[in-house]
Amino acid sequence: MASFDKGLARHVLQHKQAAFAMSNRNTKPYLEALPYTSILILIVGIPIATLLTISFWETDGLQLYPNFTLENYKEIFTSKLTLILYLQTIKYTVLTLAFSLVIGFTCSYFLVFFVKSLKIQIALFLLCTIPFWTSTTIRMISWVPFLGKEGIFNTAAQGVGLIDQPLAFLLFSDFAVVLTYVHLFTLFMIVPIFNSMSKISPSVIEAARDAGASDFDVLINIIIPLTKTGIALGSIFVVALVMGDFFVVRVMSGGQSASVVSAMKNDIDQLYYPQAAAMAVLLIAVVLAFVYLIMRVVDIRAELER
Amino acid sequence: MTGKIEKLGNAGISRRKVLKGGAATLAAGSSLMAAPMVWANNLKDISLKQVGPSFSVYPDIAEKASQDLGFKIETQGAWTDALMARVVKQPETVDIADIEFWALSKVWRSKQLQAIDTGKIKNWDKVIPLFREGKNFDGSDASRQGILPYEVQYTDAPGSESFADGPTGFTTVLPTIYNADTLGIRPDLIGRSIESWAELLNPEFAGKTALINIPQIGIMDAAMAIEARGDFVYGDKGNMTREEIDKTIEILIAAKKSGQFRAFWSSFDESVNLMASGEVVIQSMWSPAVTAVRTRGVNVSYAPLKEGYRGWGVGMGLMSHLDGLKLEAAYEYLNWILDGWQGAFMAKTGYYSSVPETAKSVLSAAEWDFWYGGKAAAVDIQDPFGSLQGSAGLVRDGGSFEDRMGNVACWNTVMDEDRYMVKRWNEFVSS
Repeated sequence: MASFDKGLARHVLQHKQAAFAMSNRNTKPYLEALPYTSILILIVGIPIATLLTISFWETDGLQLYPNFTLENYKEIFTSKLTLILYLQTIKYTVLTLAFSLVIGFTCSYFLVFFVKSLKIQIALFLLCTIPFWTSTTIRMISWVPFLGKEGIFNTAAQGVGLIDQPLAFLLFSDFAVVLTYVHLFTLFMIVPIFNSMSKISPSVIEAARDAGASDFDVLINIIIPLTKTGIALGSIFVVALVMGDFFVVRVMSGGQSASVVSAMKNDIDQLYYPQAAAMAVLLIAVVLAFVYLIMRVVDIRAELER
Repeated sequence: MTGKIEKLGNAGISRRKVLKGGAATLAAGSSLMAAPMVWANNLKDISLKQVGPSFSVYPDIAEKASQDLGFKIETQGAWTDALMARVVKQPETVDIADIEFWALSKVWRSKQLQAIDTGKIKNWDKVIPLFREGKNFDGSDASRQGILPYEVQYTDAPGSESFADGPTGFTTVLPTIYNADTLGIRPDLIGRSIESWAELLNPEFAGKTALINIPQIGIMDAAMAIEARGDFVYGDKGNMTREEIDKTIEILIAAKKSGQFRAFWSSFDESVNLMASGEVVIQSMWSPAVTAVRTRGVNVSYAPLKEGYRGWGVGMGLMSHLDGLKLEAAYEYLNWILDGWQGAFMAKTGYYSSVPETAKSVLSAAEWDFWYGGKAAAVDIQDPFGSLQGSAGLVRDGGSFEDRMGNVACWNTVMDEDRYMVKRWNEFVSS
């Protein structure tokens, strides 16, 4: 009897231990994630919750009143301005994405497949980052004296007789805005694409060649598919940076063009915080939609584990 | 009552002198002066934070004031929009706000600024009638298009959130600097005289004009041009109806589509660069920007136009949280501001002082004649930092102080339809 009890007790104990181990296995990952989660809640969750709350409040252009209203959203969704601003911003985003992708891909391709020496490869890669040794603002402003009507390019081109009249479209135009974005953000494309490309095993390419693939076939069927994680990551950077900008648009368009964020800033300057908050919420939704689309095309998580 | 307050004001001055001299003994009189050593010790620990736009708040002025007064004035730059937000949302980060009069119509009712007792301002009676009485120099009523500073100058009593119709002894802010704005032009690139605001929209200058991208000011410059061109007459350019806003924005969008504008500038430096580089030959401009372009050796004219000027003014406001010794120190600083040194400094940037006669006592006769008198410079003219502005013989555009400030057609403003106007302005900019 006693031994039976003992046996039972041992059995129960084993059960308990197993259950404990089980629950431990369940809670441990959560505990491990706790510090990071709390930081995220603190610096991302709370601000966004605040933004969301204020976007439903009333204001008289001075004080905020915590009365629930849909007026701010109604104003955004019924205004022609919202559409104009988003079309404008999306136009900039798509153009910048296209140019930085082509340039970023080409640079990475050259670095990975044409430069044989690792030392030179690293040296050239560092060269790409040189412009980043100064501030974004300086890199942007330095285009102004170059592109102006009386600027270096126009003066030089007129000097050698290339043009009679200065080209006004070079500065304070969509051209200037996109040029600056591409200049500022292409590196964000180069780095992830370079990273993906350098992981491609040379043997895969050799095998393809042995099977009779041309350079073009290799590019289309091997390199691009194996680089799409990098492309996706780079695209997310560029989309977020361009859609969140107002300063480049303001300076390089000479104030002649507006973006979603520059209109938001106008509202903030005039103390219309709830309206600006509502616009910010919409912008976050749009950027997330973009990111979602990109993730749909490429399963970044799976690719990164590769 | 007034007499007593006057005496307190004077007491402040003599106390300062005593402190400076380091002597603990005092002239007989006011009970406030009973504990000078306490004052001296506490006063030097006081630090006041003055926040305002860069054309008004200069570290150089604060440094000189700190030397003269024995306590510290710290400065911080913030444009009017950012300053409004700070006064309302983070009042504790500001002690003294250099705020534009039009902005007062927005922020005064937040009660974050306290009324200033004019009895404690020694030179209050010498402040020009434009601020004190809303009158021009010839005694006529000043234009009330837009927000005439006088309309927001007085409040009924301490703690009131409304403005008073006339002098009450309590002001919202202490008026400090002001000017009459007009269009800046490049005479060398235009080659003929410019006499009307209408030229801003003249197709002759297509692609070579710029507007300021602060909606409240930009739309008024545009309205001056539209009215001058004869399109229609506004009831009040400084307080347009929705219909007037719509008509104005339509005209502006059409002009933008036909390539009239080269840029819309948002910062002082942008306006300087546009003009100095020749990108633009006619644009909205501010006096110190004109000065800055001239410093680069480029000739800019800031000529009076026949329709008149667009005027503006800045005043120093005391935040509501100031009390006790800090408040006393703030009053001393306000009195120091009207004492002449600041007025003379500002004169050399092209701006006027609210008490010209004290500025006159600090400026040289030749400087006074040039900046205020509108006479040909007898000597080379320098800015406050010693850079050359022009050689002897130069004449200030627009002439004398009285001619310029007496000819203001409208004042910087916030419209009743402000929200609608800003929205339409955004549409114009992004069209």
